[in-house]
Amino acid sequence: SWWFQKMLQLPLVVTAQVDLLLVLVSLLAFWTRLSHLSYPNAVVFDEVYYGQFVSLYMKRVFFIDDSGPPLGHMILAFGAYLGGFDGNFVWNRIGAEYPTTVNVWSLRLLPALCGALCVPLVYLLTLELKFSHLSALGAAVLLLLENSLIVQSRFMLLESVLIFFVLLAFFSYLRFHNAPSSSWSRYIWLILSGVSCGAVVGVKYMGLFSYLLLLVVASLHTWKLIGDKTISHVSLDFLIVSYPAFSWQTLLLQNVCVQCVHRVLCLVVVPVLLYVFWFYVHLSFLNRSGPHDQLMSSAFQASLQGGLSRITRGQPLEVAYGSQVTLRSSVSQPIPCWLHSHKVNYPIRYDNGRGSSHQQQVTCYPFKDVNNWWIIKDPGRQQLVVDTPPRPVRHGDVIQLVHGMTSRFLNSHDVAAPMSPHTQEVSGYIDFNVSMPAQNLWRVDISNREAESEVWKTILSEVRLVHVNTSAVLKLSGVPLPDWGFRQLEVVADKLFKAHSSSLEWTVEEHRYGTSQEQKEREAELHSPTHIDVDRKISFWAKFVELQWKMLTVKQEESEHKYSSSPLEWITMETNIAYWLHSSTNAQIHLIGNPVSWGVGNLSLLAYQLLAVVYLLRRRRGLKDVPDGVWDQFVCLGCVCVGGWLVNFVPFLLMDKTLFLYHYLPALCYLYLLSPALLEHAHTHLLRYAHQLQHSLTHQRALCVGALAVLLSIFLTYRTFCPLTYGSPELSAHQLQGLKWRDTWDILYRRR
Amino acid sequence: MLVAGLSFSTRLYKLTEPPHVCWDETHFGKMGSYYINRTFFFDVHPPLGKMLIGLAGYMSGYNGTFPFIKPGDKYENQNYWGMRGFCAVLGSFLPIFAYLIVLELSNSCTAAIIAATLLIFDTGCITISQYILLDPILMFFIMAAVLSMVKFNQQRYRSFTASWWFWLVLTGINLAGALGVKFVGLFVIVLVGLNTIGDLWRLLGDMSLSLVDIAKHFLARAFALILLPLILYVTIFAVHFVVLNKSGPGDGFFSSAFQSRLIGNNLHNASMPEYLAFGSTVTIKNLRIAGGYLHSHWHLYPEGVGARQQQVTAYLHKDYNNLWVVHRQQDNNSQSGNPDLVRHGDIVRLEHKETTRNLHSHLHEAPLTKKHFQVTGYGINGTGDANDLWQMEVCGGRKGDPVKVLRSKVRFLHRATGCVLYSSGKTLPKWGWEQIEVTCSPYLKETPSSQWNIEDHINPKLPNISLSVLKPNFLEILLESHIVMFRGNSGLKPKDNEMNSKPWHWPINYQGLRFSGVNATEYRVYLLGNPVVWWINLASLGLYFTMVAVASIATQRGFSLGQQRIEHSLVLVRGGGLLMLGWLLHYAPFFTMGRILYFHHYFPAMLFSSMLTGLTLDILFRSADLLLHPPYSYWFQRTGQLLLLFSILYSFYLFHPLSYGMTGPLAHEPGSAMAGLKWMDSWEF
Repeated sequence: SWWFQKMLQLPLVVTAQVDLLLVLVSLLAFWTRLSHLSYPNAVVFDEVYYGQFVSLYMKRVFFIDDSGPPLGHMILAFGAYLGGFDGNFVWNRIGAEYPTTVNVWSLRLLPALCGALCVPLVYLLTLELKFSHLSALGAAVLLLLENSLIVQSRFMLLESVLIFFVLLAFFSYLRFHNAPSSSWSRYIWLILSGVSCGAVVGVKYMGLFSYLLLLVVASLHTWKLIGDKTISHVSLDFLIVSYPAFSWQTLLLQNVCVQCVHRVLCLVVVPVLLYVFWFYVHLSFLNRSGPHDQLMSSAFQASLQGGLSRITRGQPLEVAYGSQVTLRSSVSQPIPCWLHSHKVNYPIRYDNGRGSSHQQQVTCYPFKDVNNWWIIKDPGRQQLVVDTPPRPVRHGDVIQLVHGMTSRFLNSHDVAAPMSPHTQEVSGYIDFNVSMPAQNLWRVDISNREAESEVWKTILSEVRLVHVNTSAVLKLSGVPLPDWGFRQLEVVADKLFKAHSSSLEWTVEEHRYGTSQEQKEREAELHSPTHIDVDRKISFWAKFVELQWKMLTVKQEESEHKYSSSPLEWITMETNIAYWLHSSTNAQIHLIGNPVSWGVGNLSLLAYQLLAVVYLLRRRRGLKDVPDGVWDQFVCLGCVCVGGWLVNFVPFLLMDKTLFLYHYLPALCYLYLLSPALLEHAHTHLLRYAHQLQHSLTHQRALCVGALAVLLSIFLTYRTFCPLTYGSPELSAHQLQGLKWRDTWDILYRRR
Repeated sequence: MLVAGLSFSTRLYKLTEPPHVCWDETHFGKMGSYYINRTFFFDVHPPLGKMLIGLAGYMSGYNGTFPFIKPGDKYENQNYWGMRGFCAVLGSFLPIFAYLIVLELSNSCTAAIIAATLLIFDTGCITISQYILLDPILMFFIMAAVLSMVKFNQQRYRSFTASWWFWLVLTGINLAGALGVKFVGLFVIVLVGLNTIGDLWRLLGDMSLSLVDIAKHFLARAFALILLPLILYVTIFAVHFVVLNKSGPGDGFFSSAFQSRLIGNNLHNASMPEYLAFGSTVTIKNLRIAGGYLHSHWHLYPEGVGARQQQVTAYLHKDYNNLWVVHRQQDNNSQSGNPDLVRHGDIVRLEHKETTRNLHSHLHEAPLTKKHFQVTGYGINGTGDANDLWQMEVCGGRKGDPVKVLRSKVRFLHRATGCVLYSSGKTLPKWGWEQIEVTCSPYLKETPSSQWNIEDHINPKLPNISLSVLKPNFLEILLESHIVMFRGNSGLKPKDNEMNSKPWHWPINYQGLRFSGVNATEYRVYLLGNPVVWWINLASLGLYFTMVAVASIATQRGFSLGQQRIEHSLVLVRGGGLLMLGWLLHYAPFFTMGRILYFHHYFPAMLFSSMLTGLTLDILFRSADLLLHPPYSYWFQRTGQLLLLFSILYSFYLFHPLSYGMTGPLAHEPGSAMAGLKWMDSWEF
């Protein structure tokens, strides 16, 4: 109670420090990014691309997008959800008007918020790099008045989200690193940094490189920590006192170990877990079947509502003698297809004069069809119905396959296949009495039997059918047949095959136990839909691995785009992108950067590298131009900014993708971080050298005036390009001509 | 001596088997013959390797007449052993060099012996050394360069002595050799470069040296490692151009001026009408390097690619379909008397001679370069529409200037859209027969891509005049042949049906290459590393990283280590680091390459990896005393070494048929000599 009384006597004091500059730039940032957000009320550029996914999220329909991990899409979808978007809008054309039911403001809100928050983050990050508030203000202003960043933030696009998380990750890591080692709260910053790293990689794959850079910086710091023999000394004093027998060196290491483990946990384990978590959320949201189903395995599709699972729900699990099945090829590119036969024979002679067996065609058909049904038959018995209890087919069993509608046996023989003559033809056997005996025995080889089971299972088992007589394997060659084969895909039996080729694998997709021995009844049975109900589960991990693999390997047709550009053009901003043009007037929005800031960024990049080389060489000769503390600060600046620029730029040079100017924006932000800091360094340290000379003060003043002039011109160019950034006011053709500062920019004029 | 003896005997054993052309011998053997016959050809690799092969063939009495048409052709009674023997001898030097390098780096004979043993008994290294290929030559120079660099590093306390200079210059010579064989030699140049930068950095920090001394060091290295290799490299090309002075299959890849150097080419001492006239039949060559002739053929653009009209492409080979007839806007029939000359600014219509279609363009996207317009062949027998008209301009000319054949640079402006005829240099997909795209560019900037020259010119009504084309100077030829080579290299894209090997396959020995023979009845040679050796290498890489991590954390933490231990960790970090860097430099870049890759690209990296294994395993055995007490640790060390030796020898005994030839059934069938050895399903023997 004494303590309580003491408390009462104290005055209640709230001390708050408000950085007015920070507040000011933040407000300006919000104003530039958020004002008139719902103008233009039309689909702008890549909104047409991301929009379709947002709609699919709203409808909870499964999709695959190879452009990046799902977090970015989910953030956009969350914005749409907040605005009550129901997913009923067809994103088919840039410039299409949004109906009044769509809340455009909320669609664009989250990216715009992220874009606005980048400005104060840059301010804080500069402070954490141990530069002054003035530099911080400079960096914030550069970002604030960058037209391209404004444009990119104001629409439903992902770059601003990516940049936001990258900056947040670096800022919180540096906060952690700079905090006194005794405080516990610094670990909150470390965790925040880990979380942002997880988000960075979750938004775009390119974020991986920024994340790796952060890991490099962190491991350098940790390496120093390991070599530092003083830190742990203090904090472990009491242990040494209490356990004098302990060798203090082991203890020390343990303490360092603890610190290292913290870092690894927060910066490696947390991001990895989060990355998986994004997929978990993604997959648990999207539980309905949709347009991209067919790219996935049957097991995956069966886990989605509707689509395949609607058809296959409750099928018997184990394939037995007498089962009626459809066999789907495991190759799902370019389209999925099913083993098929029909009442047409191979032509006696092909166009090139080669002969065939003239037996019934067997193909792979990309549509569901009653001719896709096959019946599994025991070679030793006549019957085509399932016994009670069913006798399941196991790995290694020899079977025959009977085509359901024509009752022909699946057959192969030493006749060259129609399109791939180095392989064997596969046919539905017809006995023409030409001494060509039936060779219709196939051995079941379940290739994933270790993972699944020895018994042939619907959907889950991947099966190879090995021809017993010739040991060739049933294979989808994928070559379309000519007109006589109705352009269906060729199926062959191949002796020489690659070991792990998915063209050899077949899965049973639709399956039921046959009950009718008579051909007529059986045809009726095949035409009727499948039956019964059981649910089939596939684990999250299997789904995650499959989805991630598909996302990385699905290749979409890469072609040049009208506004695509090469990375080297970005540095000098040779190119722009037209985002939107008003349907009747000259009002338009372009992705064009602020040329002056762009130049400032490039200059500072060059200057830093030059300065670094000079410093390094002189230090090696024992001439220390700047004190060690300043040197460390200078190196740290380079690691973060120049390193960040490199990792966000160089990978693009090696990429084979269609690239756009907006891919350069993350790299650009690092340059804007660098410029004012470098200027401050030059002002306080380089010009101090001139101290011995008399002009130092004049030089410093000249530098300040120069910097101010540059800032002013940055502001003026920002104003000049504003009409192209915000899409209003409309400019005349003549004014637009004046804005075409570079010949290579494409600015649109409407002919009146 | 033992190493040398074993190395030579394994490489030279059964050298002349099989007596037919194996795999890429069909290219390199053929190119060797070209040198002997002095015919000009084009290849994506620099010439030194093929020159040496040609020289070896010449010395051993091969007369250059064997055509090397396709793998499997019988040599009959040609003297092919000389070329194979030369490659095998160079390949035999590899284990010896490896031995010396590791010995220098680790000061341990055991380590050196392990490295050499790995290479001697690796079936892959044996196979690749036994045939007429560039790889043994390339690897010889790479290893020689590394060896001389390591020797040079040892001379650091004897600056500017004779032996210092000797090793420095030798490094430079070998670098030139490596680069002269294949562009992969660039990687070893980077390795030497990084090593030199490190060395200079050390010298810079040495305060006992004055800046003048450092400058001397710098200049000496700049001379020996930059200037000297450059001079040698250029000399190689000079010899190449001097030797090959007859026209051959590679002509079309080069510009008209280049071709005029070659005896037998129709431009050599050419004789044709000097000025272009209406009614002439011409070939039109693009001026960008490796630009190709304007070409068309009886094939349409496929559906979905612009209008379904006849394709117009650029083609690198001389062909009847490259011929075009120059017409006036209207008339089609030739006039009597002397034809009029075509002048700057005239409107022309170009008619494809074979198909009688007009060169045409319109506002459809070009197939690949979407910013440009499509160019097609349109109309028949000269009747077309207004989109067939092109304005011909001489670059830098004035109105009324005539168009000089071969010398004038001309461009073709499309009348209706104002775009300019352009060759983008991109390769069309299969439907375009992998020829080069031709577009009409709305950007009128003057680039060689939009400039053309008239190469062949046939007009019976005009007198032929002997034209001595401006002969290009040596530097121009050098630059042109390099650009052509780079284009060719990046043009080697994997085709659809072709098996493409991925870089991650290589270290795990996932899949080899068939050198000869497919079926059971044939004599088969399969390029595949000895799996035991390769997997030991792979494991050692992991082991190396662990050991370095342990060693450096111990040092950083300041644990007191014994003198011997410190030496070991220095060897690991310095020597091992150099080898690791070599491995990375020869392996990692392949991941970024878009061109088609083969298994044998890994072999230079494999050499480094084997040397690293020798060094790592040796130190691992020696560190046995960390766990065991002295007598046992010694036994452990000996047992480990013997076990290693035995497993390598035994696996070589098992797998030697891969290199020395197998006959009989394939390995997955019972009764094969290799039965049970198909440890991975992906091996195809």
